Amino acid sequence: MSTSDVSADGPAWERLDRKAFLAGATYTAIPAAGAAVITGYWLAVGSSLGTALAWVLPAFVVAVVAGGASGEWMWRVTRYRVDAERLHVHTGVVFRKRLALRRERIRSVDLTADPVLRVLGTATVRVGTGEHAGAEGTVTLWPVPRASADALRATLLAHAARPDGVDDPDADDGALARFDRRWIRFAPLSFLTPTLAAAAGGGTLQVAEWFGMQERVINTVGSWFGLAPALLVGLALVVGLLMVGGVATLALWVESWWNHTLDRQADGTLHVRRGLLTTRSISLEESRLRGVEVVEPLGARLAGGARVDAVATGLATGEEDKTESRTLLPTAPKELADRVAADVLREPGAPPTAAPLTPHPPAARGRRLRWALGTVLGGEAVLVLLGALLTPVLLHAAWISMLVLVPVAVLLALDAYRALGHTIAGAYLVARSGTVRRATVALQRRGIVGWTVRQSLLQRRAGLVTVMATTAAGPGAYAVRDAAEADGLALADAAVPGLLRPFLVGAHDDQERVAQPR
Amino acid sequence: MGVLSHGPKRVAARLATWDHGAVTAPTIDDSPSPPLRLRPPRHAVDPRAVGWWSLQLVLLAAVPVVILGVLGLLIAPARLWLFAPAGILAALGALAAVALPRLWFRHHRWEVTDEAVYTRTGWFFQEWRVAPLSRIQTVDTVRGPLEQRFGLATLTVTTASAKGAVKIEGLDAETAADLAADLTLATQATPEDAT
Repeated sequence: MSTSDVSADGPAWERLDRKAFLAGATYTAIPAAGAAVITGYWLAVGSSLGTALAWVLPAFVVAVVAGGASGEWMWRVTRYRVDAERLHVHTGVVFRKRLALRRERIRSVDLTADPVLRVLGTATVRVGTGEHAGAEGTVTLWPVPRASADALRATLLAHAARPDGVDDPDADDGALARFDRRWIRFAPLSFLTPTLAAAAGGGTLQVAEWFGMQERVINTVGSWFGLAPALLVGLALVVGLLMVGGVATLALWVESWWNHTLDRQADGTLHVRRGLLTTRSISLEESRLRGVEVVEPLGARLAGGARVDAVATGLATGEEDKTESRTLLPTAPKELADRVAADVLREPGAPPTAAPLTPHPPAARGRRLRWALGTVLGGEAVLVLLGALLTPVLLHAAWISMLVLVPVAVLLALDAYRALGHTIAGAYLVARSGTVRRATVALQRRGIVGWTVRQSLLQRRAGLVTVMATTAAGPGAYAVRDAAEADGLALADAAVPGLLRPFLVGAHDDQERVAQPR
Repeated sequence: MGVLSHGPKRVAARLATWDHGAVTAPTIDDSPSPPLRLRPPRHAVDPRAVGWWSLQLVLLAAVPVVILGVLGLLIAPARLWLFAPAGILAALGALAAVALPRLWFRHHRWEVTDEAVYTRTGWFFQEWRVAPLSRIQTVDTVRGPLEQRFGLATLTVTTASAKGAVKIEGLDAETAADLAADLTLATQATPEDAT
């Protein structure tokens, strides 16, 4: 490393925020306080309050001091400097690390500030190079004074300025989406609601156990079943839990998405800012964008909602959920999602994700129906078998659940078939699939780095084929599922001219069935 | 391109030799002939791959069979219940070791042109993979202990996609090394950012 330890010329080394000690101490104080209360409760029950305090308080203080010391140590060992070519970072609590990231390799600079950091006027800066998919390509600086963090981001992303930016009339079109409180209606329709409802149920029992009251809770709930018919009480219980889950989902949504804005900055970088308590600021250099995905989860779709995810290479990865850092627009009305998708892609006309799609052959519907019914009947077969062997109650459960599940399975299968479609819209390959999570992806054709064509023996019989466009962005490949064999191959051939052509045989005049690039 | 301008042509010429190499007869393709379909790649894998795959399957089946057999010898009362599954597994393993590699040999094919690497694998789940030379990031050959005994190698070509790697198993070791060298040259001759 030839450039290390050269500080004579170039800017001086900068350090983290002096308040790292406070931040570290607060981080450990919060969980330590929780643990202290629980342990203290048990000790106080077992002996006296004095003994409990004598045990718990010193441990609490030690934990907080250790947290503060780690923050202080982080402050002591970490320094960073941006010179003309590189971002230099010296850090590491256990292993001393010296990093020098080439500035043109830096693809994303994300700022997060949780409530603790916000009170202290600081933020966490996460710099992603997109070199590796894992955490290796990401450098985290914590905590950085808010003003320095903003300046650092501006400096590091300055190179992203497009060379043709001056000629581009759209270069500075600013706001792409602004937060609208009415979007909140889509929030409880997420699959998070039942998940959190279940978590609330489990969590209540767990907390009760910590305080030795689990049995009392179970008995109380059990006694409710005496008040009314069991089915009614069960239903009320489920509805109650779902409402708790819904409120929790709403709270999470508000915390994540409050004051969401999506901007295109003058240099072409897409910039997402959001969050009520923890504020997040995510930048995505436009040259990393390979397309967009309009995602309609089942609940949101029934209410006419959709969200927009970026299909991009080298997004910074860290503790934060990957899906969320890819999301450009939270679930919002479908028309808005389509418009934002078009704006993000700088498509002046109709959004590619709303382009009319070529449907897939009915054989694909047959496959979906067989999968759906097969899954339901498989489960029912187990119930019937157990019922025949053990108790007839299971037989009743089997036919009752069959009455409900078979129509649901058929509806989902038909809906999944309706979702299928593909086309080429200008510079984009567009593919749609899914029923529980319907996703329409518009992938830049120049972002396709290869093809994987799959066909099982059953697909071969039905004349279907799954064509996957491999790409550096997102999960690595986007699939066109169960297309007619000739359609799918013609699509791949037309999307990247010349790549698949040498390996195709058959009707050469078949090309017109896929729209040629505009 | 500048300095490299003479590069791609020469490499292309070298790669083109893979086009005209020993062309084995195309395999039987019993699918109904649709209007447009992918043709089988030109080259079959090395015939020694059949032995290699067989040995892998034999070893795979041998582990549970040996464990069950030893247990059967040691635990006299349960002998029947241990020997019976061992026998069934051994029979299935033997059948697989005889039939599957021959089936795979007919279906695993590969081809390298001066534009792309093209492979076909699998029988029940057939899979064709195409990676353009211009998007290749790494080329490497791997030889496991069994492969070394059979004089075989596996060539792996990766692109920027996490799911785009193209793997050619059961190549003659020398062919694989030559191919890797040529592909590496061709890849260096393409200066663009392969993402």
